[in-house]
Amino acid sequence: MSQDYWNYIFIGLSFILYISIAVRSRAGSTKEYYTAGGGVSPLANGMATAADWMSAATFISMAGAIAISGYDASRFLMGWTGGFVLLTVLMVPFLRKFGKATVPDFIGDRYYSKLARAVAVLCAIFICMTYIMGQMRGVGVVFSQLFGIGIPAGVATGAGIVFVYAGLGGMKGITYTQVAQYCVMAFAYTIPAIFIAIAMTNNFIPQLGLIGDYTAGTADSIPFLTKINNINSELGFREYTSGNITTMNMFCITMALMCGTAGLPHVIVRFFTVKNVRAVRTSACWTLLFIAVIYLTAPTIGAFSRVNLIEKLNNISYAETPGWFKDFEETGQMAWVDKNNDGKIQYYGPGKSESGTSSPFIGSKPTYPAYDAPKVQRIGINGERLLASKADMTNPNELWFGNDIMVMANPHMAGLPKWVIALLMAGCIAAALSTAAGLLLVLSTSISHDLMKKIIKPDLSDKEEVNYARIASFVALGVAAYFGINPPSAFIAKTVAFAFGLAASSFFPTLLMGIFSKKINKEGAIAGMLAGISFTLGYIVFFQFLGGKPEQWLLGISPEGIGCVGMLLNFAIAFLVSAFTPSPPQEVVDMVESIRLPDDPNAEEGSPPPAIH
Amino acid sequence: MSEQPSKLHCRRYWQKNITLVMILLCCWFVVSLGAGILFRDWLDANLPKVGNAPLGFWMAQQGSIICFVIILYVYKHMMDKLEGEEGFTSKK
Repeated sequence: MSQDYWNYIFIGLSFILYISIAVRSRAGSTKEYYTAGGGVSPLANGMATAADWMSAATFISMAGAIAISGYDASRFLMGWTGGFVLLTVLMVPFLRKFGKATVPDFIGDRYYSKLARAVAVLCAIFICMTYIMGQMRGVGVVFSQLFGIGIPAGVATGAGIVFVYAGLGGMKGITYTQVAQYCVMAFAYTIPAIFIAIAMTNNFIPQLGLIGDYTAGTADSIPFLTKINNINSELGFREYTSGNITTMNMFCITMALMCGTAGLPHVIVRFFTVKNVRAVRTSACWTLLFIAVIYLTAPTIGAFSRVNLIEKLNNISYAETPGWFKDFEETGQMAWVDKNNDGKIQYYGPGKSESGTSSPFIGSKPTYPAYDAPKVQRIGINGERLLASKADMTNPNELWFGNDIMVMANPHMAGLPKWVIALLMAGCIAAALSTAAGLLLVLSTSISHDLMKKIIKPDLSDKEEVNYARIASFVALGVAAYFGINPPSAFIAKTVAFAFGLAASSFFPTLLMGIFSKKINKEGAIAGMLAGISFTLGYIVFFQFLGGKPEQWLLGISPEGIGCVGMLLNFAIAFLVSAFTPSPPQEVVDMVESIRLPDDPNAEEGSPPPAIH
Repeated sequence: MSEQPSKLHCRRYWQKNITLVMILLCCWFVVSLGAGILFRDWLDANLPKVGNAPLGFWMAQQGSIICFVIILYVYKHMMDKLEGEEGFTSKK
């Protein structure tokens, strides 16, 4: 049976599963639409949150980023899991006790101001929108590869499926679908890792293999990390276990990622679906455990597949390369430029050239001649696919591969059966769909609930509100699909990477002060939010788009980590302004008092599920 | 039915909550930003390895994540206990 058939079977089955779950648990009321009625079990919610959190980019590219940058990529590993600790002990139990459906709701009520609510809605829409575009693009790319259709058709198919179960099913439909999606993702990620760990280190637990011995070579076994460090030094890369980023910068980036995670609205609302504050804590434990399964596996996949890839390709003549190399060459995910015309692939790092570069061609991605170009322009003398990009002759490196190759090619490299590869494909799609659905829900509720009901048209009925939410999700999806097909290249791609810094400098401090301080008033909160986000955004724009040089970095902090400074600024300004303006009114102080306490022991059902006012 | 917790209970509950959160956040800081980044070189050089991995590197890529899970479990356990002690859980 060919690979295509396996792919169709696995993806087809997973879709039937998702859609039938969504139809069975579709939402009937606003309460079910926004928070699944507030009765999801902590375990199920933990799985759903983990699926929501693992985006297509994390699932496909994170291991590749680790493979390339080694220790430096730890900032993602620590940042995106450590943020959950902040989220759980500082945020969600209190926001759940507050009992409203959205994050702007809390900011609007705590800071008794429509302006604060409007700022929060704008931040939420901006963060979710930048995220969801990337997801739609991811779905489109996977679909177009699978079915041989163009990316626009792939994006449209993905958007249609997301709309069916997110737009119609609401939070209830999404939650139970995400449970299924998490299971698919976890298997798809760990099974190839186990196989490759056995092949490289003779240990079936990848995490133990990483700190164990390398046994695949013919010589005596040596520690695996020594092996990968040796390979890196020989080829002119930095040692795998040592970093390139300064300690100060690494600290700030990790901090910004952690605090940004704790301020992401689409993760916070997930915890509004469980029964009470006690269940929130249990659910957060489960979530982090499920996320940890994937995040502990990612560094092992990165390290193993790096060694495997280099051993299989470096100094091998093109004719002897394995079949998967040619397949990925065909899809443009790998490329080879024979600079010295010896017919062999050479892979080198920046340490092997005087210019300090290591790109095989000029530009960041390979470009190819048109399909109808003469054969001599398309196929080289060894049978390789030729590039239209000009070779970069300042360095000897001849091999290029994208970040996603470490996960996508892993089963091929390890020679795994076809059904594992099909499972991986289904996992990629699950990752993209689950995140897109979660984001879409936050987007549509931000528009229907916070914007329409609370700011523009307060007399909206329950049913009308759900209809607005559905219309909003349809429109938002349309916009996201449009940008998925026509990515506004440089700008959005760069902004997504900084979304965490923006969340860290705006939402995180404002929510934190709202819970833990009774002194911060609306003037302080608004001034702090504006100061934090404009400083962070200004710094990013200056260095990314207006040609600022790394030598001009403030204290050596890169734009990726500046959210950390923006956050401190937000805190400082908010306290300063609050000290010179009137204190918050008594009812707000009482409200803060009440969210700090756990559920009322005398109520039978714990605290009431979030009510829509 | 338990009695409604008094003002005193409420204040004491909040104080204990803050103390617990502070302690856990210190652990959180030490295992991730501390061991994984700030003191990483010192840990790599002076402390025993985990398997074949230098301790600082291992903490950054694996250890910190394991510690986070433990921290959250301790938080959940301690908070449930605290609520029981201060009379916030009904004895059915």
